[in-house]
Amino acid sequence: MDLATLWFLLIAVLWTGYLVLEGFDFGVGMLMRPLAKDNTDRRLAINTIGPIWDGNEVWLITAIGATFAAFPHWYATLLSGFYVPLLLILVALILRGVSFEYRHKVDTPRWREGWDRCIEIGSWVPAFLWGVIFANFVRGVEIDGDMQYVGGLLAIFDPFALLGGAVTLSLFLTHGAVFLALKTAGEYQQRAVALAARLAVPSAVVTGVWVLWAQLAHSRNAWTWAVVAVVAAALVGVVAATRARREGWAFTSNAVAIGLLVVLVFGSIFPAVMPGTDPATSLTIANASASPYSLMVMSWVALFLVPVVLLYQGWTFKVFSKRLSRESIPPQPSELAAAAAGGEQAPTAP
Amino acid sequence: MEELDLARWQFGITTVYHFVFVPLTIGLATLVAIMQTIWHRTNDERWLRITRFFGKLLLVNFAIGVVTGIVQEFQFGMNWSEYSRFVGDVFGAPLAMEALAAFFVESTFLGLWIFGWEKLSRRVHLMCIWMVALSTTASAYFILAANSFMQHPVGAEWNEELGRAQLNDIGAVLTNPTTLAAFPHVITAAWLVGGTFVAGIAGWWIVRSVRRGEVEKARTIYRPAAYVGLIAIVVSGVGLAITGDQQAKVMYEQQPGKMSAAESLCVGQEAAPFSLLTLGNLNGTVGDPDACDDLVHVLSIPGLTSFLATGSFSGEESYVPGTNDVQEAFAAEFGDSYGADMQYIPNLMISYWSFRLMIGFAVVSGALALAALWTLRRGRVTDSPWFSRLCLIALPAPFLANISGWVFTEMGRQPWVVVPNIGADGDLDIRLRTADGVSTVVSAPTVLLSLVAFTLIYGALAVVWLRLLRKDVLAGVPDAAPDSPDREDTADGEGTGSAGDAAVKPLDFAY
Ligand code: HDD
Ligand code: HEM
Ligand code: HEM
Repeated sequence: MDLATLWFLLIAVLWTGYLVLEGFDFGVGMLMRPLAKDNTDRRLAINTIGPIWDGNEVWLITAIGATFAAFPHWYATLLSGFYVPLLLILVALILRGVSFEYRHKVDTPRWREGWDRCIEIGSWVPAFLWGVIFANFVRGVEIDGDMQYVGGLLAIFDPFALLGGAVTLSLFLTHGAVFLALKTAGEYQQRAVALAARLAVPSAVVTGVWVLWAQLAHSRNAWTWAVVAVVAAALVGVVAATRARREGWAFTSNAVAIGLLVVLVFGSIFPAVMPGTDPATSLTIANASASPYSLMVMSWVALFLVPVVLLYQGWTFKVFSKRLSRESIPPQPSELAAAAAGGEQAPTAP
Repeated sequence: MEELDLARWQFGITTVYHFVFVPLTIGLATLVAIMQTIWHRTNDERWLRITRFFGKLLLVNFAIGVVTGIVQEFQFGMNWSEYSRFVGDVFGAPLAMEALAAFFVESTFLGLWIFGWEKLSRRVHLMCIWMVALSTTASAYFILAANSFMQHPVGAEWNEELGRAQLNDIGAVLTNPTTLAAFPHVITAAWLVGGTFVAGIAGWWIVRSVRRGEVEKARTIYRPAAYVGLIAIVVSGVGLAITGDQQAKVMYEQQPGKMSAAESLCVGQEAAPFSLLTLGNLNGTVGDPDACDDLVHVLSIPGLTSFLATGSFSGEESYVPGTNDVQEAFAAEFGDSYGADMQYIPNLMISYWSFRLMIGFAVVSGALALAALWTLRRGRVTDSPWFSRLCLIALPAPFLANISGWVFTEMGRQPWVVVPNIGADGDLDIRLRTADGVSTVVSAPTVLLSLVAFTLIYGALAVVWLRLLRKDVLAGVPDAAPDSPDREDTADGEGTGSAGDAAVKPLDFAY
């Protein structure tokens, strides 16, 4: 295998890391409001991802940086061609990132309400748009002889791509619910468990349909049928495990489903990196890649650093593995004041 | 406006904005790590309270640095796709390394630090903030290596067939003399920002506390904190002058036109002075040697520009070429490619003034340091209103100095985005004009859309940032130590936990 192919695989690995990890962050952000009865519940949800969401997002930064280094043409064509969806994603990520840090800084309902909106926009928009973008890869896009994307904005949002957006959206919703079921305790956890079981079925259906469509209509490789089969099995696993209230298994199965979805996307476009509607103009591993020397340098860097990253990120997950419950969330000043004024039961602000 | 202009405005605005927060993060993370180390060593809970006070401010700042950084990484592909194709083979490597070697460390260990006060042993927790400080510093290194390639393209060769620059020596890219000169300068500039921030806020609180009759608090809490900042200002101030001088010499070798633009020197000369104020239309002099006579240098330090550039104040070796000489040299070299009318000199007005403002703003930090070292000498505190005012005035100064420095560096590079270094090493074929780097498939209205979107959001975030910093500063250092995280250095604080845990202790920090 040549180095360019290795980097094609590595970039798939980075996207897998990103979507599996930030997938549950997005899910938690989307479910923060529906699952909450009051502000403490919302804070409970946010605190399950508080220490780790930024580390999860760096998988995206690394995926894009690696694409720049290993496939400059892919980076250039993709980012300039998909300008508007990426702009929306950037805006969403900006709003979301500051919200986690700023939401608790001022203790008034209005302030929190504003940041909650930002968290929601910041989670729904990318959860949907990443799926749209990946579906475009699978379907192929219009590229001219100069490697420029010329398909225009509307072509990015055809039915196949929209369904692709629904796939990531629903998988991340399920992922978030299962994650919350895994990370919380008490009555809140019961609600998360119940919601996960309800979300698992539509997410399995939507994903199943799209996966079949992708394989039948667009895959350039027959072996991806095997991936389709395992995705299906994993989705059934999620449905079964959420019913059986086995959050651990449900989380693993859903993570496998998301990871294999990435495998399916990359498997079905191989050896292109951005297939053209006219195959002659496709960006391929061969014509879009960096020079062998550059790839070799990056390979050594990745070989040394990726395992180290996995080690300390794994350690963080272990440090913060304890379940949180409403009692873990320290009351905010307004709640303390209300409790002091109003007697024994501490009401929580809306 | 053309797509090119819009893309340049967007890059300028978003990058300058990113670089408001970055130096504070780099500087303050290091100072907070030092404060926590003092607490760790002395076990004096005052230092714990000081650490937590400035730690809060660090987090408010960090959040914006992170989210604006992501924009930077996407922007090269979105607006500068032709640039990305041209240099991606070289330029992508340090960016990817930055993510792998610095950003992962920074984000992970910051999460551990924020939420780990009670979960980690004291020593491990202290290590976390040091990891954050080191990795933010490391990230500056990698991004500067990328930027330096644009200033001084080395470690690469021109691939005629593919029409792009290709990496052939990663060692040369990472040890680019431009990087080695810029890195210490940028880091000391970041410490100046952090030091002024700490000294300014602590100094302001000294006055406020004394006026409230809390002299003891001013003396035992804010005075020691102010000293951490003051020492940082002194160290970085000296460092900045030394490293800046170093950088000027590197710049003179690689981009002599930038040096002459910074002095608005149109005709080359020996013993070139450094003018503090020049009157007249600087840009009117380009290409017209006689127009130089219209410029009035009101105040000049003899020979200083020559010294910055060459190390000699006078004599033959102190010769600095003028902008007209540089224009001629470039026209002779590249006239065939770009035509005879191509203008190779950056905007003189901007170069001249941004260079002076960079140095000038630092004087305010210096004034604060001198005033404070005198006023607070030997255990003294003060209630002087002018000292309090000086503290506030000093706060924005080093930020503005940083911005000016970057405007000088980046706009002084025009019209190139990758500058060929005539007369220095490097392959002259590796060169790209800014106008040739812009994306070809993105329409002007689309860029305008993103320009407006980012500007509005960034503007709103700046307001929030100021408001939150103000709120946390006004709250002051807490009187009581936070529920003392005095865990022993044994357990790792990891629990498996179960849904049925009986009495749950609240987290000591929660969002
Ligand atoms: C607090 C900020 C600050 C202060 C007080 C100074 N600088 Fe600076 N300077 C910067 C912050 C900065 C910077 C923003 O960090 C730059 C922009 C690019 C870079 O590498 O550093 C910079 C760039 C920069 C460059 C441009 C390099 C290039 O274009 O390649 C030169 C020649 C100097 N500086 C020289 C000096 C001198 C001689 C100083 C005073 C004695 C000085 N600087 C003080
Ligand atoms: C953080 C500090 C930086 C600041 C404040 C800064 C500032 C600027 C400004 C003001 C411009 C607009 C210049 C003009 O259009 O005339 C610009 C352009 C540009 N800079 Fe920087 N820059 C910084 C760092 C970097 C770094 C580290 C890189 C590369 C890694 C970079 C790459 C570019 C590019 C590609 C352009 C666009 C082309 C151009 O208009 O010159 N900049 N920058
Ligand atoms: C124009 C080029 C630049 C790009 C592409 C870029 C990219 C990024 C990215 C993606 C992040 C977010 C990291 C995270 O999520 O943890 C970030 C943050 C950061 N960047 Fe930049 N950056 C640029 C300019 C600079 C410069 C010139 C410096 C230093 C001299 C710098 C230093 C930092 C630091 C220290 C952080 C983390 C701290 C903070 O967010 O405040 N960056 N940058």
